[in-house]
Amino acid sequence: MHDMSAEPAVHHLSPPQGFIRKHVFSLDHKVIGLQYYGLALAAVFIGMVLSWLMRLHLGWASLAIPGLQHLSPNGAPGGVITPEYYLSLMTMHGTIMVFFVLTNAPFAGFGNYFLPIQVGAEDMAFPRFNMMSFWVTFVAFLVLIAAFFVHDGPPISGWTSYATLSSVGGISGPGEAMGQNLWAVSIALFCVGQLLGSLNFIATTLDLRTKGMTLGRMPLSTWAWFITACIGLLAFADLLPATILLILDRTAGTSFFNPAGMVVSDTLLPHSGGSPLLWQHLFWFFGHPEVYIAIIPGFGIVSHILPAFTRKPLLGGMRVMIGCLIAAGFLSYMVWGHHMFVSGMNPFSAVLFSVPTLIITIPFTVATLMFLGSIYGANLRFTSASLFCLGFVSVFISGGISGFFLAQPSIDTYLHATYFVVAHFHFVMAVAAIFGIFAATYFWMPKMIGRMMNDTLGKLHFWLTFIGVYCIFMPMHYLGIAGNVRRYASFTDDYLVPLIPVHKFITIAALLTGAAQFIFLYNLIHTRWWGPLAPENPWEATSLEWSTTSPPPFDNFGGRHLIVHQGPYEYNAEGAAQDYVMQTDPDFVARS
Amino acid sequence: MSVTTYTRTEPALRPRPATPIAATKGIPSQTGVWVAVSAIAMSFAALTSALVVRQGSGADWQRFTLPRILYLDTAILIASSYTLELARKRFTACVTAFRAARSTQPAATEPASVEAAALRASGLYWLNITLTLGLFFVAGQVLAWQRLASQGLFLATSPSSSFFYVLTALHGLHLLGGVLGLIYAGYRLRHNARNAQTSLGTAAVYWHFVDLLWAYLLVVIAIRM
Repeated sequence: MHDMSAEPAVHHLSPPQGFIRKHVFSLDHKVIGLQYYGLALAAVFIGMVLSWLMRLHLGWASLAIPGLQHLSPNGAPGGVITPEYYLSLMTMHGTIMVFFVLTNAPFAGFGNYFLPIQVGAEDMAFPRFNMMSFWVTFVAFLVLIAAFFVHDGPPISGWTSYATLSSVGGISGPGEAMGQNLWAVSIALFCVGQLLGSLNFIATTLDLRTKGMTLGRMPLSTWAWFITACIGLLAFADLLPATILLILDRTAGTSFFNPAGMVVSDTLLPHSGGSPLLWQHLFWFFGHPEVYIAIIPGFGIVSHILPAFTRKPLLGGMRVMIGCLIAAGFLSYMVWGHHMFVSGMNPFSAVLFSVPTLIITIPFTVATLMFLGSIYGANLRFTSASLFCLGFVSVFISGGISGFFLAQPSIDTYLHATYFVVAHFHFVMAVAAIFGIFAATYFWMPKMIGRMMNDTLGKLHFWLTFIGVYCIFMPMHYLGIAGNVRRYASFTDDYLVPLIPVHKFITIAALLTGAAQFIFLYNLIHTRWWGPLAPENPWEATSLEWSTTSPPPFDNFGGRHLIVHQGPYEYNAEGAAQDYVMQTDPDFVARS
Repeated sequence: MSVTTYTRTEPALRPRPATPIAATKGIPSQTGVWVAVSAIAMSFAALTSALVVRQGSGADWQRFTLPRILYLDTAILIASSYTLELARKRFTACVTAFRAARSTQPAATEPASVEAAALRASGLYWLNITLTLGLFFVAGQVLAWQRLASQGLFLATSPSSSFFYVLTALHGLHLLGGVLGLIYAGYRLRHNARNAQTSLGTAAVYWHFVDLLWAYLLVVIAIRM
């Protein structure tokens, strides 16, 4: 019996030979990371086009959008979007963006690619689970997209799929028959994929760190992915059974969420005593941590990238940032009820959820102040990546401030389900996370594809996007305060009519900002094949991914086992020969 | 190949400790199984808290007598945890015996140690018993479903029966996952695979967890139904 846990000298798998093993069903975390990134890229453009369609309809309700009638003859007869189809578009926009973009790109995409490299491992702990994780997610995406092509179209219940709209079946509206089934199956599959991914992230971080890579020497990006994996592990483990109960309510006649005596379209439904609020509790117990799954990798990415451009460690030090992220992750499980202030739950529990919501602003405020303090007085190197980091801080603060208001149950009662909320979560979660993704793309793409992205185009992309998102989302605060409810398809003959010009302005801004993303797409595609070759360490950064070739070989370090001697942010360290010290440099004694 | 941009111009500044801090050498599968167990525990915590909320939300909660076979099932599952530990003890002893045999005759191959071979056979025997008990448990759960169905309690009859079927079915699926894990570990042990002991240890953590999970579910079900 041989029971030895000897360390393999090189990668325990041999490099794949065939095309399929190399690029399709690959076990290599780098390929899987790129696959996640590619999936997110495809998803984000679909999601963006959906938002364009919605915005066009909000500005010009009777506008016929050429070709749309072919996608959905019922939903858009003659190309004019019906109110129900507007809700379908909104549901798909939210679901695609939250799950397949904001979770896939910053966490699963970059995390898969860089977490093993940053801890000095050859691969993830369980490469086969890793491959399964991506392909399950891919199937989940196909299942979701299939909802566009079934006869009743995509579901209309929003990305939160509130019962009972989502739980009684086709009788409650178009898209609620097969469309909602596909949504539920897709999300269940997505949960499985993310659980497998989280398992890998945690085991890799805990067990596969190279010599000298103590937890305190891990880059903040790796810390953020690790914390996100811990959050995701519990969050998706909650959503999965909730989705199973939803599917049973829809298909097996159970009454988990369906109350008794419900009459829909003049039909008395046979359900008994279920609780629609139960779905909201189960969903938001996942849903609030989920938005942290989207944003915490962004914090890690910015914390990791900023020091490379300010040429100094983060103000306050790594430990404070790690503490902030852990505190935020922990608190994210205590605040789910703040999404439900007007749901009819006990008003006293609103206070219970309001207080931790206000407390959660503390770690995020500290983290943001650390960024601002680090930028202050620094000789900042302006690149596309550093600009997007600054943009991240800006939009996060803008969105965070509106959060203070929404955390108060009394104010939220007025602002709930208005465009104020739309502005809040797009800034603080969606756009901030997207800026994190862009920063990471400009920073790491040279390592991932071995070619430098065009910095001029990157800066142009940044400025157009930065100005664009403010033009889109800032006016929404005004709309919300003016009482403009969200999820209305159009505003024709009521008190909202005077607000239509604002909507038109937002629509034009959204179209232009969206168009600016094609600069990014061009830059990315052009770089992939024709960009100038990237050196090993173009940013003069210190962590392990910059101690290997661009792109890294199959086993990440070409058979070497790196030994780590200091933390990842030794910029302008006293006594060093130059303004940065690689983590692998054996001859420098770190300050700490 | 690209060039490392960082070149050191100065010699070492200060002496540093001779050996760097050792690498982490946790065993990923062991860590992984604990991580998986936490996720599964979370799932069932969500389901059982949903059960409590749902029971309080409507007047339609129908109490029913639990099929007696559930208690027999519980005994079977606890016994399976015990037999699994018996198997593990034999495999551990087998490794020790084999190492002892090899230290006296270095060229010894595995069958050379009669004692080790006997221990291994005994270990595999108890592993098979464990597997059989696991399958008996699943069969018992199916019988419990039949009892319930014969009383006219189906998935959609009452929220209590809905939760009963959902909890037992999901638990049963997880247990079948444990059966697969044990079969895999047994296969590796039979073929003397590297780290086969670790596989068995990992599968055992999972098995005991599924066992404990059942005890928890039974308590919830017994109190609430």
